[in-house]
Amino acid sequence: MATTAVANPDAELTQAELAARYGLSVAGERPGLVTYIKQLWSYRHFISAYANAKLAASFSTARLGRVWQVLTPLTNAAVYYLIFGVVLNTSGEIDNFIAYLCTGLFVFTFTQSVVSGGVQAITGNLGLIRALHFPRAALPIAITLTQFQQLLASIVVLAGIVLVDGEPLTLEWLLLVPAMLLQSVFNAGVAMAMARLGSKVTDLKQVVPFVMRTWMYGSGVLYSVANFEKHLPGTVAWLVQLNPLLVYIELMRHALMETAPVTASQTQSWLLGIGWALVAGVLGFIYFWRGEKEYGRG
Amino acid sequence: MAEQTVTQTDLSATTTGAGGSRIPTVVVDDVHIVYRVHGAGAGGNGSPVAALKRIVTGGKTGAITEVHAVKGVTFTAYRGEAIGLIGSNGSGKSTLLRAIAGLLPASRGAVYTQGQPSLLGVNAALLNDLSGERNVALGCLAMGMTPAQVKQVTPDIITFSGINERGDFSSLPMRTYSSGMGARLRFSIAAAKKHDVLLIDEALATGDVRFRRRSEQRVRELRAEAGTVFLVSHGIGTIRDTCERSIWLESGLIRADGPTDEVVAEYEKFMNRT
Repeated sequence: MATTAVANPDAELTQAELAARYGLSVAGERPGLVTYIKQLWSYRHFISAYANAKLAASFSTARLGRVWQVLTPLTNAAVYYLIFGVVLNTSGEIDNFIAYLCTGLFVFTFTQSVVSGGVQAITGNLGLIRALHFPRAALPIAITLTQFQQLLASIVVLAGIVLVDGEPLTLEWLLLVPAMLLQSVFNAGVAMAMARLGSKVTDLKQVVPFVMRTWMYGSGVLYSVANFEKHLPGTVAWLVQLNPLLVYIELMRHALMETAPVTASQTQSWLLGIGWALVAGVLGFIYFWRGEKEYGRG
Repeated sequence: MAEQTVTQTDLSATTTGAGGSRIPTVVVDDVHIVYRVHGAGAGGNGSPVAALKRIVTGGKTGAITEVHAVKGVTFTAYRGEAIGLIGSNGSGKSTLLRAIAGLLPASRGAVYTQGQPSLLGVNAALLNDLSGERNVALGCLAMGMTPAQVKQVTPDIITFSGINERGDFSSLPMRTYSSGMGARLRFSIAAAKKHDVLLIDEALATGDVRFRRRSEQRVRELRAEAGTVFLVSHGIGTIRDTCERSIWLESGLIRADGPTDEVVAEYEKFMNRT
């Protein structure tokens, strides 16, 4: 070692000093929040390519292929209509029950699939994460984007159902766009939070279906939440009004249907919708970013 | 312990003798890596009853086992070097690579790197349901290329991987590929980009002779482009052909670090003795 020290000026440095001298950085260090957002933006092409690829892959083994993108919401609507509209005849209280039901169902399915996909965003892509370096938030965001495309297909189906069910085509339909965008931001935030939680708590995947089902019953998908007020004390009923999914579902119903039985005023719904999107989007993103360096561990 | 340190310094003295102008790309400073394994064998079999018993009696700790895989490793890698990592199974080679890639945090010590090392492993699966071509596009985008660059390099990658030699496999889903073809495509994607530090974990082992020759050539090119390449392999021949320096790890410690010929000779002696 002594002979080397003469020839090599770096030999006297400790490893840490050597690294500092040549400007090496600690492996796997988390980038700052602003840098992270910039990185994420530069990976936007990857995000959209990945989202499209996932969508294509999900139908690639089915013979009908992407026809299922439209068939799935149609079949779902048919099943629920059969049970609740025909067999149980819940429709008595609500005009245009099938339009009412399908709107709730499709909006809810959007969040539901994003949440269940988000839980596995990290654990299901460990191979990709361990092989390639990219901002990991790309994965939950791509999942949201995939499901957003599904939602678009569902909305086309829904528009058909609503028109057939006797609702007029009005300018208010344009409100669909901001409502869907707000819900997407909300979903992306939730997906990111669930992705980090799911990567740590492996049991979460088993629990999520039950949470989602409870959430569905609390969101007035199959019936009006006005029913709750008959049985619940005032404060709890008020809490139900804050439910983000109820807010997004009601925004959509209001946009599509003339006489939709909504429980809250439009201003309140829009304010809540924007608020939830901001809260979930920002907090979810920061929470996910803080765990950035742990995701390859598995 | 003392005897081991002596061999190590003796060998490294011969490699660092070249002069002080070399630029380090990876500096590993007394790194220890401990990782936790969930759902490991504690508490008998994996039946629901056993799991419940574990939750009721032993708390969470029963299902988590700690593995101390790397126990204080120090070395420096320089630009233009190809370093072979050898050692018996479970000696901590892959774990060390993952730490260099920044995927496993060091529990003690630190790893410093230039740029972002890329790890290329056998299990680095992309999307199996998609065609090879789409996987190439995705992989390239994930490495930070622009869509225009992707379009430009895609044909080269497909040609290099040689998956189209037996018909048009690039448009078939990757799940229809043989393991060798998959590995070839993955290596080709990763090798399409210039890396400051490329970590290859057994990825060359599955290809056939012709592809191995081609990939070894590519590794040499990557080194010429001022990159540093780490290669984990049990194929001593591959290490001899591509790496002039080797590090021999045994149970998480460096047994020897120096010119490949010397280290490999010692390693083979060790493996034949036991």
